[in-house]
Amino acid sequence: MATAARPAAVGRAGDGSVVPRNRPVRRTGRATPYLFLAPFLVLFIGFVLLPAVYGIWVSLHDYDYLLPGKPWVGLQNYTELFDSAGRDAVNFWHAMRATGIFTVLSVPLLLVLPLGLALLLNRAFPGRTFFRAVFFTPYVLGVAVVGVLFRFILEPTIGVVNYYLGLLHLPQPAWTTSTPWVWVTLVGMTVWWTVGFNAIIYLAGLQDISPDLYEAAEVDGANKWQQFRYVTLPGLRPVMLFVLTVTILASANMFGQAYITTQGAPSNETRTAIMYIAQTGLREFRQGAAAAMGYILAAALILISLANFRLFRTEEGES
Amino acid sequence: MAADTVEAVAGLGQERLRPATGAGRGRTPGRIGFYVVLVILSLVFILPLLWMLVTSFKQTQDATSQPLGWIPNPFTTESYTPLASTTSQTPVVLWFLNSLAAATINTVLIVVTASLAAYALARMDFPGKKLLFGLIVGTIFIPSFVLLIPNFLIVSDLGWLDSIWAIAIPSAGGAFGVFFLRQIFLSLPREIEEAAWLDGANQFQIFYRIVLPLVRPGLATLAVLSFLTNWNELIWPVYVLFSPSKFTLPAGLPILQGAYNTNYPIIMAGAVVASVPVIILFVLAQRHVIASVARSGLKG
Repeated sequence: MATAARPAAVGRAGDGSVVPRNRPVRRTGRATPYLFLAPFLVLFIGFVLLPAVYGIWVSLHDYDYLLPGKPWVGLQNYTELFDSAGRDAVNFWHAMRATGIFTVLSVPLLLVLPLGLALLLNRAFPGRTFFRAVFFTPYVLGVAVVGVLFRFILEPTIGVVNYYLGLLHLPQPAWTTSTPWVWVTLVGMTVWWTVGFNAIIYLAGLQDISPDLYEAAEVDGANKWQQFRYVTLPGLRPVMLFVLTVTILASANMFGQAYITTQGAPSNETRTAIMYIAQTGLREFRQGAAAAMGYILAAALILISLANFRLFRTEEGES
Repeated sequence: MAADTVEAVAGLGQERLRPATGAGRGRTPGRIGFYVVLVILSLVFILPLLWMLVTSFKQTQDATSQPLGWIPNPFTTESYTPLASTTSQTPVVLWFLNSLAAATINTVLIVVTASLAAYALARMDFPGKKLLFGLIVGTIFIPSFVLLIPNFLIVSDLGWLDSIWAIAIPSAGGAFGVFFLRQIFLSLPREIEEAAWLDGANQFQIFYRIVLPLVRPGLATLAVLSFLTNWNELIWPVYVLFSPSKFTLPAGLPILQGAYNTNYPIIMAGAVVASVPVIILFVLAQRHVIASVARSGLKG
C-alpha cells in the first residue's frame, strides 16, 4: 500500500511544491494508517474495549461460565448488593470497608512522605542518582515478592522485626493476624513498596517550578518555610492531584498485600473488595455478581476522583 | 550521537539537576548530617531485601532460631536445589521459564504493535483519527479490576485458560505504550523523515529504517517497563492459571509459601529468583525507568 502511494507523492515534491509544516509527513495510501494501527487495534478492541462493554452485559445476567443457562436478571445483581438479605451484600460491603480503611490510612502517608523524600533529593549533591535509585528499588519488585518477604519479616515468633523488638523489651504484636496490627502491616509495607514511585513524580514536579519564583520570594524576605508554603506547594498542585488520583486508584486495587501477607485475616477483616470480587467471579464462578461489584467499586472511585478534582479547583480559586 | 540527540529531544534520561538551595553545598557538619539521614533512609529500603537474600543462604534451623544473624552460618545454597526440580508440586524453575517467556512475548508484542500504532497517530492523517485517539486515551482511566471478569471469560472462550497465552497476550491491548511512544514521535523533528521521503523511501521504510533507530531509548524504556509489569503481575495469573507447571513466579510464590510453611530459606530463595531479573533490569535501565515515571506526573 505504502509503496503504491510513493510515486505520486514524490512527483508532487518533484514539482517543487513546498511541504507544509505541521501536516502529516506525506499523503499516503488510504489504507496505510489502518495497516499500521491494525495489530494494536486487534488487541485493544479484544482485551480492553470489548471487555469493558461485555462486563456490563455479564453483570445483567445470572452468569456462570460453566453452566449452559445464563438467565437475564436485569439489575438484580446490583440491587441485591444494596439489600442486606442479598447473598453477597454483607460480605461485599465488609470487603469494601477493608478497602476503604486501607485507602484512608495509606493515601495521606503516600501523599506526604514521598514529598519529604523528594524535597530531600531536590538538590545537587554527589550520589543523588544512587540514592534516588535506592528509594525506588522496592517498587520494581512485584507485590508477590514484597508479600512473602513481609510475611516472613513480620512473623510473630521467628520474624526479625519481633526479634529486635524483643531485644528492646518492647511488645511483639501479631502483625499479620490481629487488629489493629494487620492495618499497620498492610499500610507500612505498601508505603515501603511505593513511596519511591510517588517521590520520583514529586521530584519532577519540584524541578518544574521556576527558580525565579524562589529568588523573587527571597528578595521579598520570605523564609524557607514561607517559600515552601507560598511557592513550592502551589507549584506542586497539579502534580499533587495526579499523585492523589493515582494513589487512590492503586489503593482501591489493593490485592496482593492482603492476599499474601495477611491472607484476609483476622476472619476476613482484611479481605479487600478486589479479593472478594475475584473470589466470587473466578473461584465460585458467579461472574454476573462479581462484574456488578466491579462496576460499583468503579462508580465509588469515580465519585471520589470527581470530589478530588473539585476540591483542588476550589482551593485554587481561594488562594 | 543521533540517539543522544533524540533522547534529549524526547526528554528521556534528561538529568535536570538544578542546584536548589540546600544543605548539599552547605557547611561540613550540615552536609554530614544530610548524608546520615540519607544513609539511614536507604537502610530502610535495603535491609529487608538484604534479609531476604541472607535468609535464602541459611539452613532452616539457622533462619528460624534465635539469635538471628546477618551472616548465614553455615553458608549454604541447599535451599536453591529443590527449586530446580521440574517434577515437584512447586517447580520454581518452570515458573521462572514461564515468567520469562510470557514477559518476553508480551514485551515484544507491545513494542511492535504500540510503535506502529503510535507512529500512525503521530504522523498520519486519516478519517476517524480523533475519535480513535480519544477512545485510546479514555481507556487509560478504566480501572483494571473492571476488565478482570470479562477478560477471564474472553480468555476462556479463546481456550487460553491455564496457558501462557493468557499471560502473554491480553495485557498488550493496554493503551499506555501507544500513548508513551506517540509523545516521543511527536517530539521528533520532521525534517529527517521528509528528506527520506524525497529520497524515495516509502512510509514503512521511513518508520522502520529512519524513525525507529532514532527512538531506540524510548523503545528500550517501554520494553523495560512492559517486562517489569508483566513479570510482576499477580492477580491475573493467580486466577487464570491452574496447573503448578503453568504458573508464573508471582502466581507460584504464595503456593511455595503454603507448601513450605516455615521453611523460610526456601521461600526466600523463591523470592530471590523472582527478584533478581527485575533488579538487574532496573540497574541497567535505572535512568530511563525513573525518567519515564517522572514525566508521567507532569502530564497529569
